[in-house]
Amino acid sequence: MSVHPTSPHFKANASKALADAQLQKALGNVKRGFIDKRAKAVANLPEFEALRNAARDIKNHVLAHLDLYLERYAAKVEEAGGHVHFARDAAEARQIVLDLCRTLGAKTVTKGKTMIAEEIGLNPFLEAAGIRPVETDLGEYIIQLRGEMPSHIIAPAVHLTKEQVAGDFRRVHTALDKDRDLTEPVTLLTEARGVLRQEFLGADVGITGANFLIAETGTSVIVTNEGNGDLTQTLPKAHIVLASIEKVIPTLEDASQFLRLLARSATGQEFSVYTTFSTGPRRAGDPDGPEHYHVVILDNGRSSMLGTEFEEMLRCIRCGACMNHCPVYHAVGGHAYGWVYPGPMGAVLTPSLIGVDQAGHLPNASTFCGRCESVCPVKIPLPKMMRHWREREFERHLNPAVQRGSLGLWAFFARRPRLYRLATSVAVRAMALVDRGRGRFARLPFAGGWTQYRDLPAPQGRTFQDQWKARRAGRAA
Amino acid sequence: MNARADVLAAIRRSIGATGTEQTRVMAVDDRLERAPRGVVPQRGQVAGEERLALFRRMAEYAQASVDEVASAAQVPAAVAGYLRQHNLPATLRMGDDPRLKAMPWGETTLDLATGPSDGRDLNGLSHAVGGVAETGTLALTSGADNPTTLNFLPDNHVVIVRESDLSGDYEDLWRRLRFAHGKAVMPRTVNLVTGPSRSGDIEQTILLGAHGPRRLHIVVVRS
Repeated sequence: MSVHPTSPHFKANASKALADAQLQKALGNVKRGFIDKRAKAVANLPEFEALRNAARDIKNHVLAHLDLYLERYAAKVEEAGGHVHFARDAAEARQIVLDLCRTLGAKTVTKGKTMIAEEIGLNPFLEAAGIRPVETDLGEYIIQLRGEMPSHIIAPAVHLTKEQVAGDFRRVHTALDKDRDLTEPVTLLTEARGVLRQEFLGADVGITGANFLIAETGTSVIVTNEGNGDLTQTLPKAHIVLASIEKVIPTLEDASQFLRLLARSATGQEFSVYTTFSTGPRRAGDPDGPEHYHVVILDNGRSSMLGTEFEEMLRCIRCGACMNHCPVYHAVGGHAYGWVYPGPMGAVLTPSLIGVDQAGHLPNASTFCGRCESVCPVKIPLPKMMRHWREREFERHLNPAVQRGSLGLWAFFARRPRLYRLATSVAVRAMALVDRGRGRFARLPFAGGWTQYRDLPAPQGRTFQDQWKARRAGRAA
Repeated sequence: MNARADVLAAIRRSIGATGTEQTRVMAVDDRLERAPRGVVPQRGQVAGEERLALFRRMAEYAQASVDEVASAAQVPAAVAGYLRQHNLPATLRMGDDPRLKAMPWGETTLDLATGPSDGRDLNGLSHAVGGVAETGTLALTSGADNPTTLNFLPDNHVVIVRESDLSGDYEDLWRRLRFAHGKAVMPRTVNLVTGPSRSGDIEQTILLGAHGPRRLHIVVVRS
């Protein structure tokens, strides 16, 4: 891990995000852009639910046989003339990439969108070594110009407005006419296309991620809409693939199951524009394609998730549906999460990768509405796992004393039902008395943080359990 | 210092395995050998005219344009007509594909070039190995016949596909590829292409022509 996480400051990050008018405007696009399109695409495929089950089962099978599939995959890559490098952690992965770039005499590397590169902090590391990384996914290019992290795993610049992008292009593309019109997204896209076309053609090495690694054939698969990943991996003399251990799947048929879910879940497309299967380097007689093909397979803490209550997180195919449907993500955006992976999947994965002491706030930033799990194409029980992290956090005494004390107090009563009922009914009656018909409390002792932003409706004199019992009795009668 | 051994050992420790258990090895070998098909949507389970119609409908849904010709001999005129209709220059770059070379290009006034693209070509022509009707997807493979750069660098990409090479679903495409290349062997690059390049990265507004072709035109050869 080299990108310094700000996850420990999630609360401050979130407050800042809520007060950021430009960000709030941009976040409106998440709700508008993703949810309806996904729903429509899912409705158009009656087998979608069956595919989710199939995909979950394939991933479970792979995770139970992960060592063997990785061996089979590596052997097939090598058979096709490629090279496979394993990396235990981020530092090792960065060093492998740098060594390859140096051996190849690389000065410029183009990059397709890869979250693994973000995870290992590749760009600053290459820059420090005198190698210039150029992001080519439009969203990644924009945030690279701004020196920011992606705020979304499939739409890295979703936190920005077109006016902000226009400002960045004017600041950086100084060779172009100062008075050019950059008011519309299409002019911005055209400008980026022109600038990046030169970078594609001039790069020495192309680095991409991988959506899947296919063990049967030793193939890496990338999925893009722009075609940037393809130009990145086709034009330079070497293609380096960055992937994590859980990306391997058995066969082409299995890939088809996931591909039917991925685009629909991510962008609501029937299929992404470019799905590319790469196997080894350029072959005899090939007029184009990379002469060298390397795959770096990163562990970085994932192997220790296997066999734990967080194993199912390794089924994730990085579609982004969980964050697209998350009310917390909608409210604060991706940067508040403070590291590479935002939203519900980030709230589960980040503590696994950088530690619950660093990222304990993330699994707490949930309303437990369950939408993330209901749209997950591989049915990861994200809310359950966030609860597991809360338990771990509690076990490790990472919560503040007041919170622990209150929970302890509540637990004392909760374990004694009669006492609990008595105490709550006394408290509720007392509150109703104090309220004197106003109907709400604007301020309460020990709950200042809560009442700062909203009023607490005043109890009506009877507890929930009393009302429940009364209603049940009424129904029985 | 052997990262590969370390990572594999870490995985095995976590899942409580040694890597030599016969049942696990057999489960993996069996799956790789049998390659079970999984859930294949009904949508693609159509043949003949219906399959072509589905391919066409889905490709157009992805904003490709689709033309049909009765025979390979009619392709050059159809391609020239498409370029003229969109006021595009009468130039065309293609690979060595014998199916393309055998077409009567002399009947057109197109200025032809052969070989991979260096990024300065406006119009590229490729012959697909197949297509998948389920999503209107083209399948192109790398090699001197159809250089991969032609799929991505030209502004306008024209792709020829034979109706008889269209599959209903991806699974049938894999079957055809295995038949052509062998089990567990892939061409260096297989490009599945569904519509022209696009991006939604600026304010979630979908725009065509991000880094790849701005237009994708498909000519289906019948008979």
